[in-house]
Amino acid sequence: MPTLSEADSKALLAEHGVPFPPERVVATAEAAVEAADAIGYPAVVKLGGEGIAHKTERGLVRLGLGTAEQVRAAAEELLAAARPEDGEVHLLVAPMLRATRELIAGLHHDPQFGMTVMLGVGGILAEAVADVSFRLVPITRVDAEEMIEDLQLQRLLGPFRGEPPVDRGAVADVLLALSEAATRRPEVASADLNPLMIVDGRPVAVDALVEVR
Amino acid sequence: MAERPTPRIAPERFRALFEPRGVLVAGASTHPGKFGFVSLHNILACGYRGKVFATNRDGAEVLGVRTVADVEELPDGEIDLVFVCTPAPANPDLLRACAKKGITAAFVASAGYAEAGEEGRAAQEELVALADELGILLAGPNGQGVVSPPANLCAQIVGPYPPAGHIGIASQSGNFVSSFENYAQLTGVGVSRAVSAGNAAALTVPDYLEYFAEDPETTVALAYVESVGDGRSFAERLRTVAERIPVVVVKGGATAGGQRAAASHTGALATDDRVFDGVARQIGLSRAASVEQGFEVAATFATQPLPRGNRVVVVTTVGGWGVAAADAIGRTDLELVPLPADLQTAIDAELPPRWSRNNPVDMAGGETRDTVPRILEMVASHPDVDAVVFLGMGIQSNQARLMREGPFWPDHGLERIVAFHERQDARYAEAAAEVSEATGKPVLVATELAVTWPENPGPATVRATGRLCYPSAERAVAALDHLWRRARWLDRRGLR
Repeated sequence: MPTLSEADSKALLAEHGVPFPPERVVATAEAAVEAADAIGYPAVVKLGGEGIAHKTERGLVRLGLGTAEQVRAAAEELLAAARPEDGEVHLLVAPMLRATRELIAGLHHDPQFGMTVMLGVGGILAEAVADVSFRLVPITRVDAEEMIEDLQLQRLLGPFRGEPPVDRGAVADVLLALSEAATRRPEVASADLNPLMIVDGRPVAVDALVEVR
Repeated sequence: MAERPTPRIAPERFRALFEPRGVLVAGASTHPGKFGFVSLHNILACGYRGKVFATNRDGAEVLGVRTVADVEELPDGEIDLVFVCTPAPANPDLLRACAKKGITAAFVASAGYAEAGEEGRAAQEELVALADELGILLAGPNGQGVVSPPANLCAQIVGPYPPAGHIGIASQSGNFVSSFENYAQLTGVGVSRAVSAGNAAALTVPDYLEYFAEDPETTVALAYVESVGDGRSFAERLRTVAERIPVVVVKGGATAGGQRAAASHTGALATDDRVFDGVARQIGLSRAASVEQGFEVAATFATQPLPRGNRVVVVTTVGGWGVAAADAIGRTDLELVPLPADLQTAIDAELPPRWSRNNPVDMAGGETRDTVPRILEMVASHPDVDAVVFLGMGIQSNQARLMREGPFWPDHGLERIVAFHERQDARYAEAAAEVSEATGKPVLVATELAVTWPENPGPATVRATGRLCYPSAERAVAALDHLWRRARWLDRRGLR
């Protein structure tokens, strides 16, 4: 099944209320620098395109760029790294967010039950930890709140390493937004928000991947 | 409010299956090892009150029943249910003849259908279509039977026949119907209806559960499920049932179909079991971890009120049990509530100072004749307590048994003290039930004597009060947790 580019995935989900950091899609290294100047440093630059699903594995994400020079250099390298099969590519410029806590959320079409929405503990160990909760789409706010309660690692959601507790209402909003996106956009076959970073207690989706049918 | 979705099958049609006016065993056999003998035996032996008829190829007498060779010879309009033990190829003609006699339900025990390959599958489809055309409610085929104690009906090809009660059982596996019935027999917490869906060709587990929600005899549904078929429809229908009565589900095949290859991380995390678990929570099913827990949870719903909240007090005659119960509570959504100060003061007046003075309320052996009933009453009626777990019943009778069976009986004052001990344990069990009824709060009693020595006056009296005596504090707490989670599910959705 085809995937949307990161930028298009985010645009689709943002329309239904999924929170993303302010970021810009640009075509050139020069424009990337302008974007970073506007968004603020440190910045992140990624190479995006419809043919590119897993950027990290291909080294197409450059993090923690502290100056305009670093942004320009990274942008030029990324554009040079594009392959013919990637199709039309672009640069995605975003603020560098830091979070000690990461969740994962998404949509999955179950062969028996149909479309489901998921919340889990994220990060690189997400699949090994497998602390997740599913519900059938559509969900109510009560369902969303109960999904958060389902997670085993509740301590992760409280005050943590000097950070405030996770805003459960805001996490529920993300789940409701995903459910809404699935209901309103039947072409959506799956979605990943990975990671869903907890920044100052609030969830922000730093990456998004939508599959369409 | 939206109107409740109606059950797929009109509830009154199930009367022929669960409350038939007369039953016909088709294919009754003179051989005591055959289904056609056993089912007739069980119907007669368990005291079914309606008329019993049977067919036999040779018209032989079976168990005192004068059989007929042909359904034609039977009276019109006196039989509602046919229990079918005849070979699959004979069954279409049988159903046609039954329909002419006014029979409106068939439980087909015969094998040779979808479980037997392509030909069997075709025969099954034909049978379903025919039953539909004839207006016959079709249960099975390849099923173990239907049991309905309120009608004294045990139309089943195996034992046991469980006591009457309020648990409605529907299972995709006949074996588990028997398992649940065995637990009913052991614990005395009885069954309203039990049916094995067999191949579930026409009637499926959701159909039975929808009926249970309408059935005045049934207050809780207990289901064993392996496959859900159309998951959306399963979820929507069971949710409607769960809004009305507790639905306890044991899910088989939970570990089959593990992680799938998926492009998304979400998909990689979506195992069948995790998705089912989430659906169960969403639609208000009480998912039990095992067959044994499934029965205990259903029996708890059938015999205890739902708690208003999750604040539990453990009352125990001695320490270790209380600690284990407290640990078990710590692993659930229940709260081991700090003992309210006024309750502590009140208990101070009842016990020597060595009692725990906190929750668990450990009497530390300081109780006298009336202490336990009084403390149970005080704790359960306190407004900051939602449920009570009582431990330590039965130990007095344990000692009494040694005295009764020892060489000194009945001299040296043994007779008197034994009578006292046994009376005390029975009183504790009675007090737990009375206090629960008076306060409308769950009061669960646990002791391993429930299985190690069920005749002990403690567990035996719990059984006599119609309640379940839990074999351990952990199991009582697990059942109570299910009660609380259902109460919370209803509350949060404005359904209570």
